[in-house]
Amino acid sequence: MFLTLTMTGADAPALGHLLRKHPDRVQTFTLPVGAATVFYPESTPERVTAALLLEVDPIGMVKRRLKSREGLSLTDYVTDRPYAASSMLAVALGRVFNTALNGRSESYPELAAGRVPLEIRTPAVPARATSRHSGAELVRQLFEPLGWNVTAATRDFGPEGSWGPAPYVDLTLTGRVRLADALSQLYVLLPVLDNAKHYWVGSDEVAKLVRRGEGWLASHPERELIVRRYLKSRRDYVEDATARLRALDDAVDETEPDDPASGEEGAEAPTPLKLLRLQAVLDAVREVGARRVVDLGCGEGFYLRALLDDPAIVEIVGVDVSPRVLEYAERRLGLDRRSERQVAKLSLWQSSATYRDDRLAGFDAILLVEVIEHLDPDRIDALEASVFGAARPAHVVLTTPNRDYNVVYGLPDGTWRHPDHRFEWTRAEFAAWAQTVGDRFGYRVELRGVGAVDAVLGAPTQLALFSRDDVAEPPGRGEGR
Amino acid sequence: MTALPVPALSLVVLVGVSGSGKSTFAARAFAPYEVLSSDYCRALVSGDETDQSASADAFDVLHYIVGKRLDRGLLTVVDATNVSREARASLVQLARDHDVLPVAIVLDVPTQVAIQRNAGRADRPFGEGPIKRQAAQLRRSVRGLGREGFRKVHVLTSVDEVDQAVIVRERLLNDFRDQHGPFDVIGDVHGCLDELVLLLDRLGYLVVRDSAGRAVDAEHPGGRRVVFVGDLVDRGPSSVGVLRLAMGMTAAGHALAVPGNHEAKLIRALDGRNVQASHGLERTLAELADEPDEFRVQVREWCRSLVSHLVLDDGKLVIAHAGLKQAYHGRASGRVRSFALYGDTTGETDEYGLPVRLPWAEEYRGRALVAYGHTPTPTLDWVNNTLCLDTGCVFGGKLSALRYPERETVSVDALGVHYEPVKPLVPQVEQRAADELRLDDVAGRRSIETSTMGRVTITAEDAAGALEVMSRFALHPRLVPYLPPTMSPVATAKRDGYLEHPAEAFATYAEWGVDRVICQEKHMGSRAVVFVRPGDGAVYTRTGRTFFGAELTAKLLDRVRAAVASAGLDRELGSDWLLLDAELLPWSAKAGSLLREQYAPVGAAAAMALPPAVAALRMAAARNVDRGEVERGDGSFRSAGLDVGPLLQRTESRLANASAYDAAWQRYVWPTSGLDGVQLAVFQVLAAEGASFAGRDHQWHLAIADRLVEADPGLFRTTRRLAVEVDDAESVAAGIGWWEELTEAGGEGMVVKPLANRVPVTKGRRPQPGLKVRGREYLRIIYGPDYTEPGNLERLRNRNLSRKRSLALREYALGLEAVDRLVAGEPLWRVHEAVFGVLALESEPVDPRL
Repeated sequence: MFLTLTMTGADAPALGHLLRKHPDRVQTFTLPVGAATVFYPESTPERVTAALLLEVDPIGMVKRRLKSREGLSLTDYVTDRPYAASSMLAVALGRVFNTALNGRSESYPELAAGRVPLEIRTPAVPARATSRHSGAELVRQLFEPLGWNVTAATRDFGPEGSWGPAPYVDLTLTGRVRLADALSQLYVLLPVLDNAKHYWVGSDEVAKLVRRGEGWLASHPERELIVRRYLKSRRDYVEDATARLRALDDAVDETEPDDPASGEEGAEAPTPLKLLRLQAVLDAVREVGARRVVDLGCGEGFYLRALLDDPAIVEIVGVDVSPRVLEYAERRLGLDRRSERQVAKLSLWQSSATYRDDRLAGFDAILLVEVIEHLDPDRIDALEASVFGAARPAHVVLTTPNRDYNVVYGLPDGTWRHPDHRFEWTRAEFAAWAQTVGDRFGYRVELRGVGAVDAVLGAPTQLALFSRDDVAEPPGRGEGR
Repeated sequence: MTALPVPALSLVVLVGVSGSGKSTFAARAFAPYEVLSSDYCRALVSGDETDQSASADAFDVLHYIVGKRLDRGLLTVVDATNVSREARASLVQLARDHDVLPVAIVLDVPTQVAIQRNAGRADRPFGEGPIKRQAAQLRRSVRGLGREGFRKVHVLTSVDEVDQAVIVRERLLNDFRDQHGPFDVIGDVHGCLDELVLLLDRLGYLVVRDSAGRAVDAEHPGGRRVVFVGDLVDRGPSSVGVLRLAMGMTAAGHALAVPGNHEAKLIRALDGRNVQASHGLERTLAELADEPDEFRVQVREWCRSLVSHLVLDDGKLVIAHAGLKQAYHGRASGRVRSFALYGDTTGETDEYGLPVRLPWAEEYRGRALVAYGHTPTPTLDWVNNTLCLDTGCVFGGKLSALRYPERETVSVDALGVHYEPVKPLVPQVEQRAADELRLDDVAGRRSIETSTMGRVTITAEDAAGALEVMSRFALHPRLVPYLPPTMSPVATAKRDGYLEHPAEAFATYAEWGVDRVICQEKHMGSRAVVFVRPGDGAVYTRTGRTFFGAELTAKLLDRVRAAVASAGLDRELGSDWLLLDAELLPWSAKAGSLLREQYAPVGAAAAMALPPAVAALRMAAARNVDRGEVERGDGSFRSAGLDVGPLLQRTESRLANASAYDAAWQRYVWPTSGLDGVQLAVFQVLAAEGASFAGRDHQWHLAIADRLVEADPGLFRTTRRLAVEVDDAESVAAGIGWWEELTEAGGEGMVVKPLANRVPVTKGRRPQPGLKVRGREYLRIIYGPDYTEPGNLERLRNRNLSRKRSLALREYALGLEAVDRLVAGEPLWRVHEAVFGVLALESEPVDPRL
């Protein structure tokens, strides 16, 4: 990691004093993140450049983590951390130039307090494109409002540069800026651009941000992005078995979306469709009077929460194939804060829709909400056999996207709403499938649409309510509710 | 000395007052863990052996432990007073619940003896009263113990008798585990004598006839023995003839037999009980009426002597007329007998008036092969390691036999319809679907039996991770009959500048007693398993994911099929399917996103960050510093400029390492479009119809791979190889040279394997199936660009291989097991169990760089 800070003009020779680092000395500081060396490649009456070179030790980092049996990722040693400007460089800046960062100077207080001509270069700043900006654009959006003249040079990467711009820019900032502000801005914005922190983000991080952002952050047009990314917690390095298996396949763990807009399928910000779907499923559950319900593919527990709050439901089983997701569901549902009676209603089981699980037999209803489209078509018969054949609940409530409707979302034909969808059914296909399953396993089928109905394309989500032939129609059905 | 016979698997209930010497007797007569005392359980739950308020909890614990032991087939002794009828009743019930025989041993010593003994014990402060009451209860009980359900009751009436009694364990009547066969298990004969004789002849038996020309015995020159699954009689033309032959064979030791429901009914009829002579019994009785009394008596005695099921060959083969679920194997109780004779019935009857039989075989998960009859079926179908051999000969079907251990079946056609079936002989419907997998097949902590390494245990946590991957990302389990095991690297090199070097591989195999090894070029791509079958197949990764979409996979499989056909492999191996172990190239075909997200950015960041740093350091070094003002902290000599020498050197070296790293990963990247550019380097033929090739040496496997290359050089890629004699210095030097040449040209490295492939364990050492020796440049991709710096290398040498090696062996054993089960035609869940085990072990946390 490398950064140079140049002061030009008549006051340039004062830089050494402002930084409290003698221009004719080479000084190395041993920091927790590595060895930081400060030296001056040039020092003339008009132009003085201080350089900070931070050497990190990835092998030492991994060895420490190996001891704690965490972070067993194949790519730990193969990392851009020794090269790319990150929170480690920010921390080094803060430590090595602490006095200047705080705007103090005994010998040149007026220079420290005023704007001075500066030129800062750091040659490999992480700058991944977001859905709104290219990497270089993002860098400009962050620094230009602060009065910097920004040069963000990109470089093509991959075999013979064939993969387009690398996710880094060679950043040069020039402008008249207070030195303390310049350092503070780097201190905050380098980790923001990296979108990661090498250390655990604790509660004092907010205070740090307020202090370092003084005078420039409040009015920054990208304040929201800066705050969100700066306060983002460290990526969980504790990997579970699933992550290890994914790594075996040379698959990369999906990075979290940058853009708040793309994170909407998360439970915090349900889209209207997600709420409508919940309502439709709950309506179906109530209509058939189900009291013991399984949510097969419960995910983080969006449906479980609603079912827990419904006093008519006496037993709820959340089933998911991912142990990690179940743990997450348990936390989200706040089971440790709920009453014993409520907690007793709920069980969370790891199971799979394609393996027959006799524990699932004998329930009033099994919910399969937006699950079936995640199965390869050749495994649907296994789901049919385990749900309709073996578990045989009185009712099955199943939802899946309506492929006909995808046009409304502007999706080209043959592309799906989610990268993990293996297929999506048109209304005709869904109706045919549901009828076949109903006939084969002895269930009546009722099809419904969920969401705003398009006259031609139907509703965005389709719902099938299956009722076992030997189960009587609930009283009041068909009389209008 | 009094010998007390006790069935080898039984629940022994001691009965005796406090102080009668039960614990002393039990400690002497039984093994330590066989005895469970109520006092001990009381202490477990309360901290005090005599705390009577803890009795209810103590007996709960006792029953629980006894239940677990009985489940596991272990004789268990309950040491408690058991003088009350209620206490004994609950133990009798416990024995019945676990289908073992309850035995009572009563220690009826004089009451005064007990009183004196208790008086001498500080922890039993109660007086004579309770003991006298117990003694009275006991005396009232003794006579009725048999009626209470105890199969054996032993009463010891004096201190001497107690002291001298010896337990004699009796083999259970159904226990023939020491009989290893080979056997020919014959299905329901129902009086079809002619067909039986034909079948025996087909099986190679020589039928012995008496002076009247009647078949009275049959002997196999190879010492094979017949096992009859029962229902020898009724309906057919010659039940008496069949009985005569079967009785003769059992008497001569040439056959074993279990009774069927028809024999059970015949006994009742011969006993003069009132039975309805229907379902063909009328014919047998008519035949028997023409026989002398003596023969009728013999028939009755013989039928009575039959035990309802047999456990043979170390428990690997179980014979019962109507089949037997696993929990009942080797057990003795009324319901075990009833299951064995009549099957798992509900008491309901179907529209033909026949009892409805529950499909126990579909639920069956046992290791033992269960051969049975009872329900006529038109074809012989294996269901979860069970086989029904009743092919309805008497109804005009076939008479069938199972050759064991060969697992082959032999049938002869019926010579006619001897009896009209009540219900048409149609295929059984509602069998367990061929594909059905159950959560219990894979989830939780499990042990998988392998032929190579015995039981391999999978932890619940590992299984949980694998379940997610198997369910969400993998192909349908029927397309994933195998997953490749992990492979350990060679022991860390001692040589300067290297982390891995071939010398250690050869030395290690020499140590393991493997003289001849083969070095195989390691292709840097993605491990791929190719499963080609007519009509479908798959090309999948180490976690069972498909490499390509359906269309591209189909194209790729077509090319593989074409190459297999043109190389003549399908004819030669006698198979229309093949399972191949291979590497799919380029690496970028699968790892594209990893390269883009991780590997390429590292190189780019280094290439951007380091040159400006080097330039700045050079500038600093060249600066004209006024010496007078310089403070030299370390006192080192410098002529001019700033003292950045070592830092400059390090940074320049990092720049060179980064370029070397960038070159290293780019070697394994080339563009592909559809199948263009995709290559398969096959290095092992895992299986084909009826055969696993794990026993063929690697030259055989590679020769087949070469023929595929010849057939389609565009798709298949040669795996270069070199055989090395590890004891021959010259040969070893050649191996080292070969590796150097390979890796210096940019190769990933090589894998060293025992040439013979599957090698026997020598002197307790289990050789690894392969060791990888990766090239110096390649390892930059694994350990980072700067790993070759001496300080780094020194730290990296300290790596622990033992976990990795242990995993590699266990996964290898499971992989072989999966293939063996596949070629044996076992049901999907059995193959999947082993495959799933490999995946679960792969999720173990172990340094992924190894």
